[in-house]
Formats: sequence, structure tokens, C-alpha cells
Amino acid sequence: MNALASIGASALGLLAAIGRLALFTGQTLSHLVRPPFFGREFGNALIQIGYFSLPVVGLTAFFTGGALALQIYSGGARFSAEAVVPQIVAIGMVRELGPVLVGLMIAARVTSSIAAEIATMKVTEQIDALVTLSTHPMKYLTLPRVLAATLVMPILVAVGDIIGIYGGFLVSTERLDFNAAAYLQNTADFLTRLDIISSLVKGAVFGFIAALMGCYYGMNSERGAMGVGRATKSSVVAAAILILAANFLLTEAFFSA
Amino acid sequence: MIDLSAVHKTFGTNAVLRGVDLHVPKGESMVVIGGSGTGKSVLIKSVLGLVQPDSGTITVDGKDVNKGDRDAFLARFGMLFQGAALFDSLPVWQNVAFRLLRGSLKKPKDEARAIAIEKLRRVGLTGDVADRLPAELSGGMQKRVGLARAIAAEPEIIFFDEPTTGLDPIMAGVINDLIREIVTEMGATAITITHDMTSVRAIADKIAMLHAGKIRWTGAVADMDTSGDPYVDQFIHGRATGPIEAVR
Ligand SMILES: Nc1ncnc2c1ncn2[C@@H]1O[C@H](COP(=O)(O)OP(=O)(O)OP(=O)(O)O)[C@@H](O)[C@H]1O
Ligand SMILES: [Mg+2]
Repeated sequence: MNALASIGASALGLLAAIGRLALFTGQTLSHLVRPPFFGREFGNALIQIGYFSLPVVGLTAFFTGGALALQIYSGGARFSAEAVVPQIVAIGMVRELGPVLVGLMIAARVTSSIAAEIATMKVTEQIDALVTLSTHPMKYLTLPRVLAATLVMPILVAVGDIIGIYGGFLVSTERLDFNAAAYLQNTADFLTRLDIISSLVKGAVFGFIAALMGCYYGMNSERGAMGVGRATKSSVVAAAILILAANFLLTEAFFSA
Repeated sequence: MIDLSAVHKTFGTNAVLRGVDLHVPKGESMVVIGGSGTGKSVLIKSVLGLVQPDSGTITVDGKDVNKGDRDAFLARFGMLFQGAALFDSLPVWQNVAFRLLRGSLKKPKDEARAIAIEKLRRVGLTGDVADRLPAELSGGMQKRVGLARAIAAEPEIIFFDEPTTGLDPIMAGVINDLIREIVTEMGATAITITHDMTSVRAIADKIAMLHAGKIRWTGAVADMDTSGDPYVDQFIHGRATGPIEAVR
């Protein structure tokens, strides 16, 4: 009976959390159509989330693409299929690894900083101060960040895809004796428009999730330094898990037909 | 103009406000005194709708504060937070001019900056702090920037949460005069929270003492010394012994 009660309680808790998150999402989006729009905050968020994430995204994708090429080569060699390296690197990077790794890096870099910043604002009464200055915190803090992340992530993912493929290309041509022109030709021939569209759509969805989680946990932070720490941690965990779950659903939707 | 009646607020098991009734007429300066942790900050935050009371009504000009157009309502207020609550990502002058840089009171940038610098001067800060970040200022300076921000848009109703704590006696005097001036010259309505009895005498038209979740005593500043209320007497003379427990 006790076990049942605790299962029931946690199920209710989960539903309540989903409800709160849905409400938060709805409120955020409702500010899209209600002026004023804080262009300056949006611009800052674009630079913070997009531009300053480029090095992290580039390095992550580069090393992953290189390692991927090595693994596909050695795995393919077991049944004399070494030649598929360019195709599998391309498809692996563009369909899965590019968006997922960039998404997770953004969760680590952007979600955490958004959550810590907003949570600190909350515990030092800066959010209350915003309200008294007739500025809606969701409009001023949440919407610009969520919008910027959603718009800029497809670009980051595209950059990650290209650099990842380039990493595989470099390893293949320098270490594995592939012909450069043939490698690029194979890559280009193999990728379809759907591969690229799925990659960019995943990017947008993951960006939305990453920024939203940062804002949500920041806004709901408890008081004190411990509250800020907990909000930051929870936001990154939630963003990472939701990104991986969304990735599975999107892959299913795009490629299982 | 500000009326609270039977306002209750409990946090978890901590019953902070237990039936507060308070009336602040237009153009008057009300000072709220009371021990640390008695709920003074919660009281003024509930007028602004930052804290939702569990029961009771709060009205401004007869209208419930949690209903109707919040933007228009909040545009009439200025608030100095106990911890200043400056936006640490913005330079000082943009903090002060926050309202003047966006929304319905938006002004051209250089005009807003000029107003900010003028308000900073009124709280005893020179123009060279304008471009610094709040984190680069001392606690007392941050408090004064918070004060400048609260008065920047010349609101009709202003709340000051401990405006002089952390200031030297001279600066405290400057701030007391400023608050008095805002009430008498600009006709603003003010609620000030303070522990500083010099401030109380300098700022107040009326005093309300919050104790045990209720307004224990309220009256004109002139009657404070002859209130006959042992709680008020103990508080204004800062005695460790009396009806108010020292350990709370
Ligand atoms: N958001 C909150 N959550 C939980 N408890 C709170 C919250 N805000 C205030 N309290 C509690 O309410 C009580 C009154 O707090 P408040 O800040 O109003 O005190 P105060 O009278 O302003 O004290 P001080 O003079 O020290 O500033 C305290 O016990 C505090 O712990
Ligand atoms: Mg207080």
C-alpha cells in the first residue's frame, strides 16, 4: 500500500511538473505576440549563445568526426568495407552526432549559465525589481534567450556538421590514404536533403529546449546560494535528458518511415 | 490611498502577517517600524503584488492591487529594495534610467542618461559612478543607486526598504532629507521601513509598528514618545528587556 502510494505520489508530481513546464512554455511564447519586444536583449543573447559557442562546437565536432572516421575504417576493415568511411561519417555526423553533441555542449555551456544568471537574479530580488519597473521578467529575460537559442542553434549545428565531416576528411586523407577529391564527392553524393533538414530541425528543437530549461529552473530557483546551485544542476540534467529524448523522437519521425 | 485590511501571509509554518490593517492617505509619509523578521518587507511587497497574501484585501485608490492593468498600476510606483537589487549586468546609469529606456516612459538615450546622472547627484553620488557596474560599488553606494532608481521616473507612490542602513551618519542625513523633500515637494505618498530612530523622526508623518503579525500601534510621529505602549517604548529606546523578546 505504501509502495503504491509513493508511486502514485511521484506520478502526480511528474504530471504537475509537466503542467508547470507547459504553462511556462506557453507564457514564454505568448510574449512573442505581445509588444514591446526587447531587441537589445535578443541581440545580446544571439551573441552569447551563438557566437561565443562557436569554438566549443567546432572543437567537439572536429575531434568526433576524426574519431568516427578511424572507427568506421577499422570496423569496416573486418568485412572489407573500408571504402564506406566518407558516407558513414557524413550520415553519422549530420543525422545524429552533429545535432546531439552540439545540443549537449549547448546544454553544458548555455543552459547552465542562463540558469545560474536568472537564479542569482531571483535570489537577489532583481526579478522582483524588474516587475516593479513595469518590465515583465518573461519578456525581458526568457523570451530573448529562448528565441535566440532556437534561431541560432541550426547554424551552430550546420557548422558542427561541416567541421565534423572535415575532421573525418582530414583523418581519412592524412592517415588512411583516401583520395581527397573522391572523399568529398562521395560525401556530397550520399547526403540527402532530408538528412540536412533533419539536422537543422533537431538543432532548433534542442536550442529551444536548452534555453527554456535554463530559464525555467532559474526562475523557479529556491533562495540562497544552494538554491542557485541546485537550479543550475537541475537545468543541465533536464536539458540533456530532454534533448536526448527529443532526438530519439525526431529520428523516429524523420527516418523510420 | 493605500489600504490593507486583514492581510494574512504564511510561509510554510511561519505565520508572518496575521491580520494587518493599515491605511496610508495620499501625500503622507508612513514609516513602518518593527523587529527584524516581523514581516515588514513582506508587507510592502504584498502591496506591489510581489508576494500574494493568503487572505485579506489590499487596495490602492480603492482598486484591488492584484486585479486590472498591472503595467499601469506599477508605473505609479517606485521601490527601493532592502538589498538594492541592482541589475548587475547593466552599468549604474542604465540601472537608474531603467524605466526611461524602455516601455511607456521611454525617452531618448542622452536625455535618460542626463536624468540618471541628476538623480545620482541627489543621492550624493558623482557622475563618475555612472558608467561603473554595480558590483564595483560599496554596499552603501549600491543602496543609494537603488534609491536613485526608485525615484528616477518620479512615481506617485514610493516604498523605501531600509534606505539608510549601511550609510554613514552624514549620508543618512542627506537621504532622510531627500525622502522628506520627495514627499513634501513632489506630493508623493511614501512607505519607509527603517530601524534608525533618527530617520523615523526625520521622515515620518505617521508611524506604524508591526509586531507579532499585526499593526501593534499607529499614530503621528509627535505621539510616538507618549504612546503609552510598552512595545513601542521598548522599541524606540532600544531596550533589551521588555515585552518584546530579544530572541525571536
Ligand atoms: N519568500 C519567502 N519564503 C519563505 N519565507 C520568507 C520569504 N520571505 C520572507 N520570509 C520570512 O518572512 C519573515 C519576515 O521576513 P521580512 O523580510 O519581511 O522581515 P523584515 O521585517 O523585513 O526583517 P528585517 O528588518 O530583518 O529586514 C521571515 O521570517 C522570513 O524568513
Ligand atoms: Mg526587511
